[in-house]
Order: sequence, then C-alpha cells, then structure tokens
Amino acid sequence: MPTSLSGALEVAVQTDPGLVRGHNEDAVFADAGRGLAILADGMGGYSAGEVASSMATKLLSSRLEAAFKSVPPHKRDGRTGQPFAHSCLVQQIAAVNTAIYRAAESQVQFVGMGTTLVAVVFCDNKLIVAHVGDSRLYCLRSGSFAAMTRDHSLLQEQIDSGLISVEEARHSINKNLVTRAVGVDPEVDVESHLYPVQPGDLYLLCSDGLYDMVDDLEIHRTLETYGANPDLAARQLIRTANDNGGEDNVSVVVVKVLREFPAGSACWWKPWSWFR
Amino acid sequence: MAKLVLSMDGLVLKEIPLRKERMSIGRKAHNDIQIDNMAISGEHAAVVTILNDSFLEDLNSTNGTMVNGQPIKKHFLKDGDVIELGKYKMKYLLAPPSQEKADYDGRMPVDTIPVPEVSKASDPVGSAPRFELPSSPVPPAAIQLLSGSNTGRELQLTKTLTTLGKPGVQVAVIARRPHGYFLTHVEGATFPLLNGKAIDAQARRLEDHDVIEIAGVKMEFFLKV
Repeated sequence: MPTSLSGALEVAVQTDPGLVRGHNEDAVFADAGRGLAILADGMGGYSAGEVASSMATKLLSSRLEAAFKSVPPHKRDGRTGQPFAHSCLVQQIAAVNTAIYRAAESQVQFVGMGTTLVAVVFCDNKLIVAHVGDSRLYCLRSGSFAAMTRDHSLLQEQIDSGLISVEEARHSINKNLVTRAVGVDPEVDVESHLYPVQPGDLYLLCSDGLYDMVDDLEIHRTLETYGANPDLAARQLIRTANDNGGEDNVSVVVVKVLREFPAGSACWWKPWSWFR
Repeated sequence: MAKLVLSMDGLVLKEIPLRKERMSIGRKAHNDIQIDNMAISGEHAAVVTILNDSFLEDLNSTNGTMVNGQPIKKHFLKDGDVIELGKYKMKYLLAPPSQEKADYDGRMPVDTIPVPEVSKASDPVGSAPRFELPSSPVPPAAIQLLSGSNTGRELQLTKTLTTLGKPGVQVAVIARRPHGYFLTHVEGATFPLLNGKAIDAQARRLEDHDVIEIAGVKMEFFLKV
C-alpha cells in the first residue's frame, strides 16, 4: 500500500443540481489519502447521463485503487521514465470507456449516453491529470490562476482556429458541444499531462456548470479568498453559480496542497530512491 | 429549443420540445414520440437536431411522411413547416434563441457530425449577457472600523467577496449576494463575534448596524441607502 497522502492534501467536494435542471448528471469522487480526484459530467436522455457519469467515477476510482495496490503510482516505467500512474490513468479510462460503451450498446435506455471526465492523481510531489471533454482542472499558485486542461469542445476548436474570440465564445450558443467523451465510441482519446506540485497550490476540478455561470476572475477571487478553507471555497463556488442563474448542474473538487509528499518519505522506501 | 406541435383535425394534442439529438416518431411504445394509430408505422420517422437545425427523415414508413403537402424522404425543417403523418399534423416551431438557454441540454458529441455553424459564429447570437448581475441586486453597504488604529475608517463592500482580519490569525469574508450580505468564518481557531456572540461555521446574513469583531477589531456593518 502506498503511503497515505491525507496529511499532505486537503480535499473538498461539492455537487449541486443547480436551479434549472431536475436531476444531477454530474458525479464526483475524491480521496485525499489516495491522492485521487475524479469529476464526470454525464450526457444522454432520461437518466442515462447520470448512469454514465457515476459509472465513470466509480469504475475509475476502484480500478485505479486496485492497480496502485500492486504497483505504486510513482514507480517509474523503465522505458518511458514516466510514473506508473501516468500510463495507468490513460489505460483505466480506456477500460471505463469500454464498460460504458458496452452498457450503452446493450440497454436501449442507455443508447447514446456518455460523459466528460477529468481525473487527477497526486503522487511524489507531482500530479497527473487526464481529461476527456469539457470538464476542467484549474490551478491557483502564488496568486496566478490558470486552466491546466483545454476543453475538447467545438468552441475551443473554433477559438484555436481563430474563428471566434474568447469574448465572442462567451455568448456562443454552441457552448455545450464536446468533441470527445467517454462511452460514446469504442475507443477514447485521453489527454494526459504531468505537472510538478508545490505546497500551497490550490487545484480545482469543475464541470461546465461552474465556468459557464462564473467567470474565471470570479473563480480566481473565490479560491484566493477562501483558500485557507477548501470546503468553504467549494461551497462558495456552487453558491455563486446558483446566484448567477444556476442553469446547469455544478460540481467542484477543491484540493489544497498542505506540504510536500515525496514518494520516498516512508523510510522503508528510501532504497528505491537510489535506483531512480 | 425548437418544438413540434402535434394536432389532429385542428385540435392541438401536445407540444413536444426537441430535447434530444434524435427523436423517433412511431406507433410502438419505445419511440420518443408515440402516436398510437394504425396509419402510423411502428418506426415511422425521426427528427435529428444538430445545433439549431432539425432534419426530418421518413424511416420507410408504409404510408409515408409529408411536409407542407409534399411527400418527403429527408427534409430540412424550417420554422412553420407542417409535417403530416396519416391524419396527424405536426407543426415545427423554432424558438427564439434567447429563450432556449434555460432548458437546452444540447450537449452531445459532435465528432461525426458535419459542422455547419461557421457562418453562424459571426452572427451576434446570444445577445443576452450572462455575466452581468441584475442592475441593483443589493443596496450598497460598507463597514466602519470602531476600534484599533484605523478607527473611523470606512471600507466599501463593492466586491462580491471582501476579506477581513489577519491571514494566519483570523480571517472572515463578507460575501455580497443577490439577497444580502453574508459573513463567513474562513481561517483561525477563533470565530468572529457578531453583536457580541461568536458565529459558527455557517454563513450569517448581516443586518443594518450589526457589529462584527474580528481579530480584536470591532466594526459596524451598515447599508448605504
């Protein structure tokens, strides 16, 4: 078992159906001890969206847990030099994609269901983020606030190709069209990155229900103001989204890095550091 | 969101919003729009909606599908088109774009769909600004320091969030929300006092002339009206 990160990370989770939608198609999972945070925003008729997003968070968390029991997440791959968590995350999301795709194929009420996904694994003073669709990861580090994921959406593609400006994008009616999703095709294209982590960092995973209703500046301010207390920050973000109209389900995971968490911190792991 | 108005013999039976990317029409129960009539095929037709555009397709039905009196196989629906299946009529109505935000769950994967929206991108769509707050949601307010070295100083609560106290010691936040100002404890072992009593972890709504004490400094909250 890898060492628990519960002393190094403080995690708060909030999800809310918003003020307009009848049910909540978002699903969230977070475990500070295992350094894991997952957020999914489901889509599909009737209750299929809920099914897809909760399948994604539940399956992915249990699969990662099982995988990290046999191989520690920070263990470097001899060939790529990347920590195990990196390839594992991509592989397990592919497996979750297959599971949701099959469920959608086999049951008529689930046809066409899918979900966006953003998942973060913290290990060895780093984070690995993988995402599919338009759920985001933001980072607040010593006053600067930025998105660490780029949406897989029609809008982002339009912005990238210069068809429309960021300002025009705000008013676009095509906000909700994602170009990638988990569970809609037999294969899924997962984007993943590795970043170094510093004590004091604040990370935010969120669904589009947050950033469609609350602009980045306001999210930044809220995280900064409530930074000492991730739970309050999470609640305040949801409140602001609902104060601004709450047009969609809104979910957030706020992760605060309290101290460093090098993989060799447990003394019986020290020898490993020689071989890196 | 666009909708279909189902009628028979001039009598309106139902309004059906086109909520899904694909809405099937037919006699059998699994259809999104079920019309239980022998003149209608089990799977009669389907309406596929991409962005703001809807297409009607006849699924090789026995009695066919007509639009504005003409039989069709595939048809690009225009506002006001009348679809006929047997004795039933369905009028296709395009909602004005400003109204479709609230219940439009148009999120869907688009990678396999031809994308016709390039020209639309330059249209001034979505003219309703989403980020603007209502013109005067809450009356302006301020706090005045009643003790400490800055006694008498006023702090305007113009931002949505105003931080009070000393970081690392005791911090509280006043949040300006559409229905008032709320005080929340954020950091520190001691909680702020509101009119002499410690508040708990819950946000507390501030009333005119409430006295707050944070990190040993007293201040009065007041509305500027």
